[in-house]
Amino acid sequence: MTLIADAFLILGALFCFLGALGVVRMPDVYNRIQAGTKAVTLGSLALLLGVGLHHPDWWPKLLAVGLFILLTNPIGSSTLARAFYNAGVPVWNKRRPGP
Amino acid sequence: MYQQLQQFTFSFVFAFVFWLLLVGSLDRQELVAGLLVAAAAGALTIGRRPVLAGFRLTPTAPLSLLGYLGSLLVALLRANIDMARRVLSPSLPIRPALVQVKTSLRSDLGRLVLANSITLTPGTLSVDVDDDTLLVHWIDCPPGTDMAAATQTIAGDFERHLRGFLQ
Repeated sequence: MTLIADAFLILGALFCFLGALGVVRMPDVYNRIQAGTKAVTLGSLALLLGVGLHHPDWWPKLLAVGLFILLTNPIGSSTLARAFYNAGVPVWNKRRPGP
Repeated sequence: MYQQLQQFTFSFVFAFVFWLLLVGSLDRQELVAGLLVAAAAGALTIGRRPVLAGFRLTPTAPLSLLGYLGSLLVALLRANIDMARRVLSPSLPIRPALVQVKTSLRSDLGRLVLANSITLTPGTLSVDVDDDTLLVHWIDCPPGTDMAAATQTIAGDFERHLRGFLQ
């Protein structure tokens, strides 16, 4: 059981790392938000699952935290993206790369 | 009157379940305190803008909810594998564009959940909601996509699930 829990913890850390790498590699703000949101949402859920397997008596709290992340993470990203859109930030395009 | 009662009930149930998850025990003292706090929270929501009022109370609603959660989990996994592939490949294969998606969901809650789901599915990010049109940033938009095709590809699957338990 400890082994499975550790596997989930490592998986979660891996997804969070990929999210960070995506933020560095993507060319514009919208793509960065995309890479960041998805990877970190799944990464945190995997981390929570790993913690839950280590401490089975914590699962109600972890479930509440997981639902909260699942609800609020996308809202935060959409709000950021909307703010950039309303500020007039254009979408990156391969033929005419931005600044 | 009926609407206020419904709103109170939704808020009450939501607050009470959240309370139970947070305290993590079924002790009698905790239950009583939770009931009081949840009732107070429910009373406070009466007369305010109903966010939780979009639920459709039908016998098959729980099944639709389960189906939705399952498809959301699969979509989230696929989104991450897809994003990992794009981030790790040296050529960075992306063709981003903004597309518009029409939704047939009427309630605020339905549109909120749909926008959230779109953000968590492969390669799409909700940018804005304007009445029944969602503005979506699509990381790999095939050239010459029109609104109907984009709606079908991005939102079609989720809308089918969501319409089972949201208005």
